Amino acid sequence: MEALGLDVLFMGSNAARLLQGLWVAVQISAISVVLSIILGMLFGIFMTWKNPVAKVISRLYLEIVRIMPQLVLLYIVFFGATRVMGLNISAELSSIIVFVFWGTGEMGDLVRGALTSIPKQQYESAAALGLNKAQIYRQVIIPQAIRRLIPSSINLITRMIKTTSLLLMIGVIEMMKVGQQIIEANRMTSPNAVFGIYGTIMLLYFVICWPISMLANHLEKKWN
Amino acid sequence: MTQTKRTWKLVAVLVAALALAGALLTGCSGNNNSSSANYRTLDQIKDSGKITIGVFSDKSPFGYVDENGTYQGYDIELANRLGQDLGVDVELVSTEAANRVEYLQTGKVDVILANFTVTPERAEAVDFAEPYMNVALGVVSHKDKVVTDLDQIGDRTVIVISGTTAETYLTEHNKDLKLEKYDTYAAAKTAFENNPDAVWANDNTEVIAFANQAGPEYVVGIEQLGDTDTIAPAVSKGNESLLNWINEDLKSLGAENFFHADYEKTLLDTYGAAYEDTLVVEPGQN
Repeated sequence: MEALGLDVLFMGSNAARLLQGLWVAVQISAISVVLSIILGMLFGIFMTWKNPVAKVISRLYLEIVRIMPQLVLLYIVFFGATRVMGLNISAELSSIIVFVFWGTGEMGDLVRGALTSIPKQQYESAAALGLNKAQIYRQVIIPQAIRRLIPSSINLITRMIKTTSLLLMIGVIEMMKVGQQIIEANRMTSPNAVFGIYGTIMLLYFVICWPISMLANHLEKKWN
Repeated sequence: MTQTKRTWKLVAVLVAALALAGALLTGCSGNNNSSSANYRTLDQIKDSGKITIGVFSDKSPFGYVDENGTYQGYDIELANRLGQDLGVDVELVSTEAANRVEYLQTGKVDVILANFTVTPERAEAVDFAEPYMNVALGVVSHKDKVVTDLDQIGDRTVIVISGTTAETYLTEHNKDLKLEKYDTYAAAKTAFENNPDAVWANDNTEVIAFANQAGPEYVVGIEQLGDTDTIAPAVSKGNESLLNWINEDLKSLGAENFFHADYEKTLLDTYGAAYEDTLVVEPGQN
C-alpha cells in the first residue's frame, strides 16, 4: 500500500473527493452527450441537404470543430466571451457549451455518413414493396443507419468523457484536478502517491468507459 | 469547369473558416483596451458581500486542499485575512500557473494570491500590490563538501531540473559549470542523493524544503543566488481602489508581523525556522 502510495487515498475524505470529481466529469459529459446526440442527428440530416448554402454552413462548422483543439475552444468560451462580450459564463456551463459544439459537429458528420452509406437500392426496393416514405425510414433506413452509427458514436462518447480531464484548465474541479490536489498535498510525505492516485484515476475512467464499450458491442451483436 | 468551381468554393470556405477562427482568437489574445473595465471596484466588492480570490489548489504549502477538502497554506491564510478585514465572504477559485493573468484580465477573480512572482512582463498585464515573500535560487550540497559560493564548484556536477529558473540562470551566467539536467524533481533528487560530489541548484524554497526534509547530511550553502524575486498579490490592471486598499491592509498586517505568524503556521514544517527571515517579507517594514 505504502509503496504504491495508496495509503493517501484513504486519508480523510480523499476517496470521496476523488469520486465527487468523477461525478462532476460524468455529469458534464452525460449532459453534453445527450445534447450532442439530439443536435447531431438534426445536423446530420441538415448535412445531407443538397442546398449549396446548407453545404457551405455545415462545411464551415465541421472544419472549425476539427481544426480547433478543445482547450482553445474552452478558453474562447470561458475567457474570450467575457473579454469580447462581457458575458460571464461559469466554467461548468462553458464546458458543456464547448462539448456540445464539438459533439454536434462530429456526431452530425457520423449521422451524415451513416445515412448516405445506405445504398439507393434500399430506398427503391422498399418503395417497390409498397412502403410509404415514413415506413421506409422507420423500418428500413434508420435501423441500418443506427447500426452503422454505434461504433463510431461510442468512440465519440468515451473521448468526451476522457476529455473532461482538460476542464481543470478553466477551474472545474473534476477528478484529474482532485487527483493533483491529493498528490501535491502529500508530496513530501508520500511521493509515491503519484502512482497510486493516477492509477486509481485510470481505473475509474476505465470503470466508466468500459461498460459503454460493452454496451456498444452488445448492441452491435444483437442487431446483426 | 464545374471542377474548378468546386475547388474555388472549397478554398473560399476554408479561408472564411480561418478568418473566423482568427477573429475569435485575436478577440481573446489581449490588447483590446476598448472594452469596459473588466474588474469590480472596492465598493462593488463590498456591496456584493463577497470577494473572489484565485489561488493554487495543488501547490503545497502555499495553496493546497487538505484531506478534508479544505483550502490550506500560506497564500490561503492571507486570502482569508483580506476577506475578514474587508468584512466580506471569501470565495476561493482554483487557478493554474498558466491562466492566472487571464483570470484577472477577464475579471473572473478580484485578486490573485497564487504564489505569483512579480516580473516586468506580468506587471504590464496586471497590477501588483506590495510583496509578502522573497524567492531566489538556492544551492544545496552534501555536508562534507559545502558550497557557499559558485566559484567553489569547479568541475563538480551541478544538478538542475530542465525548464526551471535555475537552469536558465546557470546556463546564461556560468557557462563553465558542468550541468546535469533531469526532467523531474524525483529524478534530480535521486541523482543528487547518490552523488556525494554533486550540488543541486533550484528555487531556494525547493532546496530548503529538501534539506529540511532530508536531514543534517545536506546543507543549503547558498540561500540566495541571482536576482531575488518577490511574490505579491495582484489585481486587474487599473483597479486602483482595490489595489490601494490591499496595500493599506498589507501595511497594517506587516506592522503586526502577520506574515511571520503565517510562516510559522503554514511553512515552518516544510522550511524550518532557520529560513524564516530569508523567505518572509513584512510589507512596509523595511
